[in-house]
Amino acid sequence: MTDFRIAEEPELLEGATAPIVATSKRMTRGQLVRRRFLRNRGAVIGLIIIGVLVFLALFGGYVLPWQYDQRDTTQYYKPPSAAHLFGTTQAGFDVLAMTVRGLGKSLIIGFMVALIQTTLAALIGSSAAYIGGWYEKAWLWVIDLMLVLPSFFLIAIVSKGGPKGQYAWLLLVVMLAAFGWQLSARVVRSLSMSVKEREYVAAARFMGLSTPRLLVRHIIPNIASMLIVDVCLGVGYAILGEAGLSYFGYGVQAPDTSLGTLISEGALSTTIAPWIFLAPASFLVLLVMAVNALGDGLRDALDPTSQSGGQA
Amino acid sequence: MARYLLLRIANYVVLLFIAVSLAWVLAQTQLHPRQLFEIRNPPIDPVSVENILRAANVSDQVPMWDRYVTWIKGIVLHWDWGSTPGGGDVGEEIGRRIWVSFRLVTAGWLLGTVIGVTLGAWTAVRQYRISDRVVTAIVLLLVATPSYVTGEISKMIATTINKGVGFQLFLFLGEKSTGTLPGYPLAELVDRVQHMVLPTLVLTLLGLAGLSRLQRGLMLDALGSDFVRTARAKGLRENKAVMKHALRTALIPTGTYFAFQAASLFVGATYTERIFSFHGMGMYGVDTISKQNINGIVAVTAFGGLCYLVGAILADIMVAFLDPRVRLS
Repeated sequence: MTDFRIAEEPELLEGATAPIVATSKRMTRGQLVRRRFLRNRGAVIGLIIIGVLVFLALFGGYVLPWQYDQRDTTQYYKPPSAAHLFGTTQAGFDVLAMTVRGLGKSLIIGFMVALIQTTLAALIGSSAAYIGGWYEKAWLWVIDLMLVLPSFFLIAIVSKGGPKGQYAWLLLVVMLAAFGWQLSARVVRSLSMSVKEREYVAAARFMGLSTPRLLVRHIIPNIASMLIVDVCLGVGYAILGEAGLSYFGYGVQAPDTSLGTLISEGALSTTIAPWIFLAPASFLVLLVMAVNALGDGLRDALDPTSQSGGQA
Repeated sequence: MARYLLLRIANYVVLLFIAVSLAWVLAQTQLHPRQLFEIRNPPIDPVSVENILRAANVSDQVPMWDRYVTWIKGIVLHWDWGSTPGGGDVGEEIGRRIWVSFRLVTAGWLLGTVIGVTLGAWTAVRQYRISDRVVTAIVLLLVATPSYVTGEISKMIATTINKGVGFQLFLFLGEKSTGTLPGYPLAELVDRVQHMVLPTLVLTLLGLAGLSRLQRGLMLDALGSDFVRTARAKGLRENKAVMKHALRTALIPTGTYFAFQAASLFVGATYTERIFSFHGMGMYGVDTISKQNINGIVAVTAFGGLCYLVGAILADIMVAFLDPRVRLS
């Protein structure tokens, strides 16, 4: 899969009467993936949107005219205007600055949860497939068990009873990841089943490679494309999950804010000041759409059997 | 077949028992109903607080194992899921709320399924045409929009329309009006429909988004398969090849998905319930947590788990009957 031979467009030689010669050039896998990815317009737009949002979340404080904790004492409950692009709240805070701050927390939570849960899925799924026997049965059973439990309520219980304070959101990250890896682990397991039958895996084993090393060096890299897509789509799910919990007050706790807490606060005044709700809601939808489009684009670009159309 | 199903069900029963026990441990350790009484003013006598908590089997001064045995005994011997610290019966409350959720969710679920499957199959046939691209873009937007955003926006639009027409065309507070109804015939039915339009719309959009994506992918696979090409090559009309050969195959996984979801109708749609003030199962789960009602949230978890497993069994049966490739022996 590493070296595709791509026939380039036949070049007409000077003189035009000479026979058409098809030159061929080797293309690395990286080039191929890049070309396939760039052809997908939705995915490229998604990537650009994510880039802009991450930039805003990181440097918004320097770029934007207002800070999230800065009151404009002349503007209370004002609709969007040139001075305040997304309007102001009852207390005179700039909605755009608040939204960008919430966006930052949502992005951090989304990426952390996605990375943790995909790592868990990769380790558990591939080791279950490779080791087999009781070990595999036990993990499959744990996966079934965790899917039976309604995760939303369990996370809410822990969030209600758990520790409060500045780092309480880290517990939320752990809980979201703990209930997010099961379906991916199943997919990883079934993919690893076919990888472990390959000769080079047997060769590595006969050379005396330890199981953890074999998993990390030889099996997991072979399902990397699935894992990359899984991280990407996981970000979207995690952000929606966090926002959903925050909507009921079981997610990020004050004084921290996320898109979810902003949406739930804004929902209280949709009739008088819809912009307070619409700004974080549209950021959330835009972000999740961008992440999903990027994930789909990556899947098409990375999947060797993909029928993404066109050449290569 | 029967043996296979029985084994499956036995496995699920064990699974559910352990899952609910874990939820019970989590709720007992994380929730603190004593706090409910500590904030009362004037303060309540600690002895009577202890008695109330013991009566509900949620006192943290009783050893955990004793509480667990009492809880299990109540369920096995009397089908008693316990009571709230205030004295209300959990089983009764759930028995009532199940039907509220069912009434809320059913119409939206059916509409979402039918429209979703139709849209998915239709756009697959018209892949890469304008209509496909427009529908796919809308579906991508819907997939990324959580139901509380859809719900709030639908309420905002409905409020504008209500103002425009000058009377309350759309109602969005609960299942039905509480006051006296106007005297025209079928007033009660009309009132219920006015309340149901918006939540049904939200649930339909939610359902069709996921399902049309799934169905489009399945249908594309089926359309590209050899047996559909063979059917066309043998001279079958395109319409017939699509409907009878491709769609029929592509509907099998959707059927299992449908069966799987059927049981979850009773669990409800928490966000939609909250936005439109329905007091169904989803909101009960949220309320029990905020009111430190341990027995309540455990019962909700058990019921949710049961619905999930009933759905899984229904899906197993569907697969076994519909898909000739599944061999059970």
